[in-house]
Amino acid sequence: MTSVLQVPEPPTQAKAQVVAARTPRQNRRGLLWLLTPPAAWLLVLYIGSLFFLLITAFWFINPFTSKVVPGFTLENFVSILTVPAYLTTAIRSLLIALAVTFIAIVLAVPLAIYMAKIASPPMRAFLALSITLPLWAGYLVKLIAMRVVFTENGFLNWLLAPFGISGPGFNTSTVIITLTYLWFPFMALPVYTAVRQIPNNYFDASADLGANSWRTIRTVVLPLIKPAIIAGSVFTFSLSLGDYLVARFVGGSTQMIGSIIASNINLNPPVAAAFSFVPIAFVLVYLWVVRKMGALERL
Amino acid sequence: MLQLSKSARVVLMSIVAFVLLVIYVPLLLVVVNSFNVASLASWPIKGLTTHWWVVAWESPFIREALLNSVIVALGATIIAGILGTMAAFALQRYRFFGSQSINLLIVLPIALPGVVTGVAFSNTYNSVLPVIGINIGYFGMIVAHATFCIVMVFNNVGARLRRMNPGLAEASMDLGANLWQTFRLVTFPQFRPAFVAGAILAFALSFDEVIVTIFTAPPGVETLPLWILKEMARPSQASVVNVVATLVIVFSLIPVYVSLRMSRSDEDA
Repeated sequence: MTSVLQVPEPPTQAKAQVVAARTPRQNRRGLLWLLTPPAAWLLVLYIGSLFFLLITAFWFINPFTSKVVPGFTLENFVSILTVPAYLTTAIRSLLIALAVTFIAIVLAVPLAIYMAKIASPPMRAFLALSITLPLWAGYLVKLIAMRVVFTENGFLNWLLAPFGISGPGFNTSTVIITLTYLWFPFMALPVYTAVRQIPNNYFDASADLGANSWRTIRTVVLPLIKPAIIAGSVFTFSLSLGDYLVARFVGGSTQMIGSIIASNINLNPPVAAAFSFVPIAFVLVYLWVVRKMGALERL
Repeated sequence: MLQLSKSARVVLMSIVAFVLLVIYVPLLLVVVNSFNVASLASWPIKGLTTHWWVVAWESPFIREALLNSVIVALGATIIAGILGTMAAFALQRYRFFGSQSINLLIVLPIALPGVVTGVAFSNTYNSVLPVIGINIGYFGMIVAHATFCIVMVFNNVGARLRRMNPGLAEASMDLGANLWQTFRLVTFPQFRPAFVAGAILAFALSFDEVIVTIFTAPPGVETLPLWILKEMARPSQASVVNVVATLVIVFSLIPVYVSLRMSRSDEDA
């Protein structure tokens, strides 16, 4: 099964050692040939760009000419904490990303358990395909689809009209729903793969020892799929955190971190640069917390 | 097998049905709305017409945007294919200090939010490169896309390499084939399905990318997602967007289908 998030298998060390048994010097040269181009591309172009971005974040705008002036000021970073609109936007984005991750987990785990362990093999194949297919349907296509659902003359209001209620329209909860819709496969696929890998006799053993199905799921299944949930959560969290088009098109007046970056990129590049490090910081803290919980090996 | 009570089973099945409905109904709404008489997407639709399909077919802007998308995605896929394969070989065939960091480095462009990647490249293209006299222009998009596509090829080829027998390549060398012959005739055919699957996923990822493209596209150049985005902000022609969106849904089935076939034949191999 090829997916975006191929949950990595533990490396087989035996094969690596077969290679290592060959002449070491020739080996090192081969490694250098293979590794230099991709490593150089990523280090020079990508890490290099991130590094320049960090430097730009310490520069400032000349208030009279509106030109970027190289120098050193902490003003841009300070503004993240002192400008109330900036701070609330950062916190709002964080909460939205956490909510998306939480909803994705709550939906993905039962789906994966049903697909992997309860559905018949043809049903399982059908479901696996159904979850994979929309993965590539296109980011903007899904965004357009959610607009059709939530717009005033849209599907949801039509569906709810007989009950005399109306949908949320375009607001923060719509942003959360849409982001979950977009990134759900990134959670569902690795969790499904992980549940499939649990041997069936674990369930028999658990049942023989007197655990009911709920307890089996809680004490046997969940601990075993935790690494996959965490791998998926890194993507749902990070992708939601940096998004701003969803907020722009279905969020009403909702702003996210990306909105501030995008609106400053031409007006005030140093502020945009400084603000880019907010999602980086959140993602790094998230990875650190995950590591503390002891489950980063499979990322 | 996991034994569940009847009620638990019903709850699980309802969740599965709910998820499937939520995934597919909105996409269906887009497809139906591409035939909507009204120029604004709505439900129920006002009446059926193929007018928007004709408009889309005749639009030179859509064709140009599509061409740009294909060029950028092809360029990014070629670069990512070469670099991703090299990295996969380096990490699977050798054990060395810092291999974990290299792994992280490859995943990072897709793990960090697109807006960060976009702003970082945009800053480099607009503030750093002009200083040393380089105007990257169109190629900047390809460079940025290739950077986050490497992981696709890397993951797929790496997973295949783990299950390949390196003894075959050694046997080939012992029998007198040089490095290139061994790679072309022995090693590459073994991981070709995984390589193709990874390349297709890289192509699809680049084709779909919006946010990084917003920040790295040179002025006046539009890819298909940029065209859709522009039209979304201009609601009078929204139904044309639904036509293009429907086409994207249909064409997105191709990479999924091929990569499923590929990974299946990969498992048989």
